[in-house]
Amino acid sequence: MIPQAIISQLPILQVIVPLIAAPFCALLGGRNRAWALAFAVSLVTFAISAMLFASTLDGTVLSYQLGGWAPPIGIEYRVDALNAFVLLIVSGVGALTMLYARESVAYEIDERHHGLFYSAFVFCMTGLLGVTITGDAFNVFVFLEISSLSTYALVASGAKRDRRALTAAYNYLIMGTIGATFFVIGLGLLYMITGTLNMADLAHKLVEHGDSRTLRMGFAFIVVGFGLKLAMFPLHLWLPNAYTHAPSAVSAFVSATSTKVAVYLMLRFLFTVFGFSIPFEVDVLRTIVLPLALIGILAGSIVAVFQEDLKRLLAYSSISQIGYMLVGITLLTPGGLMASIIHLFNHAVAKAALFMVAGAYVMQAGTSTISDLRGVGRDMPFTTAAFVVGGLSLVGVPMTVGFISKWYLVQAALEQGWWPVAGLIVLSSLVAFAYVWRFVEAAYMYPTPDGVIRREAPLTMLIPMWIFAGSSIFFGLNASLTSAAASRAASGLIAASSLIWQ
Amino acid sequence: MTMMLLSTNSALFLALFLPLSAIVLLGALREFPRARDVAHVGTAVVTFSLVLLLLVRFLKADIPNVFLFEVMPGLPINFSIEPLGMVFALLASGLWIFISLYAVGYMRANGEEHQTRFAMFFTLAVAAALGIAFSANLFTLFIYYELLTLSTYPLVAHKGTPEARRGARIYLSILLSTSIGFFLVAIIWTWTVAGTLDFAAGGILQGHLDPGYAPLLLALFAFGIGKAALMPFHRWLPSAMVAPAPVSALLHAVAVVKGGVFTLLKVSVYIFGTGFLSATHAAVWLCWVAAISIIVAAVIAISKDDLKARLAYSTISQLAYVTLGVALANQMGMIGSTMQIVMHAMAKITLFMCAGAIYVAAHKTKVSEMSGLGRQMPITFIAFFVASLSIVGLPPMGGAWSKWFLLLSAADANQIAMIAVLGIGSLLSIAYLMPIPVKALFGAVPAGQAPSDAHEPPLSMLLPICATALGCVLLFFFANEIYGFLLHVPLLPPEGGLQ
Repeated sequence: MIPQAIISQLPILQVIVPLIAAPFCALLGGRNRAWALAFAVSLVTFAISAMLFASTLDGTVLSYQLGGWAPPIGIEYRVDALNAFVLLIVSGVGALTMLYARESVAYEIDERHHGLFYSAFVFCMTGLLGVTITGDAFNVFVFLEISSLSTYALVASGAKRDRRALTAAYNYLIMGTIGATFFVIGLGLLYMITGTLNMADLAHKLVEHGDSRTLRMGFAFIVVGFGLKLAMFPLHLWLPNAYTHAPSAVSAFVSATSTKVAVYLMLRFLFTVFGFSIPFEVDVLRTIVLPLALIGILAGSIVAVFQEDLKRLLAYSSISQIGYMLVGITLLTPGGLMASIIHLFNHAVAKAALFMVAGAYVMQAGTSTISDLRGVGRDMPFTTAAFVVGGLSLVGVPMTVGFISKWYLVQAALEQGWWPVAGLIVLSSLVAFAYVWRFVEAAYMYPTPDGVIRREAPLTMLIPMWIFAGSSIFFGLNASLTSAAASRAASGLIAASSLIWQ
Repeated sequence: MTMMLLSTNSALFLALFLPLSAIVLLGALREFPRARDVAHVGTAVVTFSLVLLLLVRFLKADIPNVFLFEVMPGLPINFSIEPLGMVFALLASGLWIFISLYAVGYMRANGEEHQTRFAMFFTLAVAAALGIAFSANLFTLFIYYELLTLSTYPLVAHKGTPEARRGARIYLSILLSTSIGFFLVAIIWTWTVAGTLDFAAGGILQGHLDPGYAPLLLALFAFGIGKAALMPFHRWLPSAMVAPAPVSALLHAVAVVKGGVFTLLKVSVYIFGTGFLSATHAAVWLCWVAAISIIVAAVIAISKDDLKARLAYSTISQLAYVTLGVALANQMGMIGSTMQIVMHAMAKITLFMCAGAIYVAAHKTKVSEMSGLGRQMPITFIAFFVASLSIVGLPPMGGAWSKWFLLLSAADANQIAMIAVLGIGSLLSIAYLMPIPVKALFGAVPAGQAPSDAHEPPLSMLLPICATALGCVLLFFFANEIYGFLLHVPLLPPEGGLQ
């Protein structure tokens, strides 16, 4: 149904379209012009990733050679079931937050900065898409830096509302750079061993190479590097401030995509590149990553309960939710992997909706402090209802996506006989109930403070917000699409690794 | 005539989704209180007729199956009918008529705010209860179970006072944490070992679950189904008494606690299988937990002076009878439990409606202030008296039969101690219930208390009270029909053909 000639060019278009458009956003300046271009580009990228997703549904793997140089010499873009899914998430969230951004950004950022802001936004999207689509390990680093650098700028642009955005961005810059450096050192070590940077080739040569101290070092550096990027406990310190002080549209976009892409990278390197050819890799996951993930799950939720600021509360909840994905990975079973991947999608959808709600409060009520938002449920009924939906999803109540994630994750843990882990997952969702309900009660059960006037958010914010909230319900009721995609992606990863599955 | 045109599947579909769509109508009628109230009672009547139609078809062995869609591979939203679900659906939709009528009177007489919101969530709660009744698998049931929890939260918190907020928070957090913490884990465990969650005759666990683990799984179910209010997870029920009286009736009689014990019953019959439970002795411990719940809750009830608190603890005690019947794991236990659900519902709805009537007419909530009040409100207190007799289990009230079958069941199971527990439980219920109507009708007005000018509540409240009190008596004479119906509950896996 799609001409073959176009399909074969899609992988590069996915990245090149936003990459070219980004500088033009800066040149266009002015509120609506820069926004219009950015929005149009985000729609095009979404269309492209939808086509890519559709063409990988049957299990085909698309490979694109940059400049016609065949891998492993040239750079290869490689689209399979897993990263097509992630591309779809990133570009989908990108398009919808772009729609949302128009009003929100107009409120939160000076008009003279709009061109630069949207330029950084599109660059950030480009970086994330590039990281996801590439089959070349060094190319990952390049795109990771594109996305990270633009994210630092985006976070810092929250300074008009709150000067603390500057320190948050600076912290993020330091931690993010350390993470990127760790990754590139690890990559250097792998290059020492194998002399190649193409992922498929790396995987092949690493199996031949066998065990060595250099390989172990490389593995450790890369895991820590990604750990920083995906905010694995205790490497998460940059996240709460960055999410809290960034402009709301940025919080929504970054929280739903950037840590998810980092989780994707973790999966890709663990399974496709390293492939568990040496027992050391399993040991690291089981003895270091798993306990940290479990602590993160619980600690993130508990800290979230005591937050006064809604955005910060959501940020801590993200740390906990990322723990779920890591636990799924460390199970090292098809079920666990699938739970991780499906949660990647489910959490992106729910968290985007929640941050959009927080942004609407910032715009209409001028605050995201919970105690100042008392009674907001009556003034902004649609916005607050979206929060309830997203919040219930964090708790994992049936009919929301969070329930689906929890189901698969607990099931995977029980299949392995990991009772305490299953118990902890369940316990953490009860803590999630505590922090979600704290806000819901404040919003609905308390009277509006005297003299406060709040109006419902504009439609351009409500629509994307409710597309996400609605998706949280839709995919919570009908998970056949997402679970099929996740299980395809999981079996692709399994096939690539050298783990033997019972 | 339209009834004849309606296929059984469509009738089931309508029974499930008509109340849901009525919510929209109720919301649309918010400016027209009169039309809204008519719509509320009308929905109840139509839904009940649909359930009756389903009963007629069911008795002709016409069993519907409504398949909506698969949520996850192998886990569909699917509805069907079996005898236990039929009983619960009849109970919930039938009592809904009375309670909706009563609620209209109560809310108006009390001048409560947000009556439209109230009617909408009320309808949603009953719709959820019907979903629980007709679920064809445990997965569907769980979804509706949680929907019931969430939909009743705004009802419990209705008054919006700090006290109501606190009570509602306890209500929601206990019900959600038990359901997610234990119930969900139990369901996923069952799914992992059995590979199915369909309700099947004779259960699905036999041969899949190591009998050594059966008591643990049963514990996850018994405590996870927090709506059954088994001690020590019963605190939510007394907390919820901050709600208006119609809500208390909904919680205690129509939907919530009945949904809980019904779920427990259904799990024991169609997931574990009564045979599996009794053969593995997995439920013996549960007998004792239920026994403790019966006695302790009854003793607490005696000590409560607040009428609604006393009734709440009475409910906890009476629900444990159902759990006891489940734990005894034989056919009489199953029948006794189901009877107890029906009889207790009819009696408790009467008691709560009376409590609401007393509050509306005399603004009294304390038992100690009600002495002599029966002279102003004779009908209300006679109804109270009748319902109390039914709870105690004396003929000619329906409650006698449920206690009788539970005794038989304890005897069948050779659990002599449980026979004693049943007896003590009834004696205690005499102690906490009977003094209330007796003192009100025959006692003197306490000295120093001004004679009240209380009178019977408005007709829209009094009629439902009389109807359900009469129901308590009628159930005594129609118990045989229920018994005969319950003999159809398949306890053994089908051999050869169906049923």
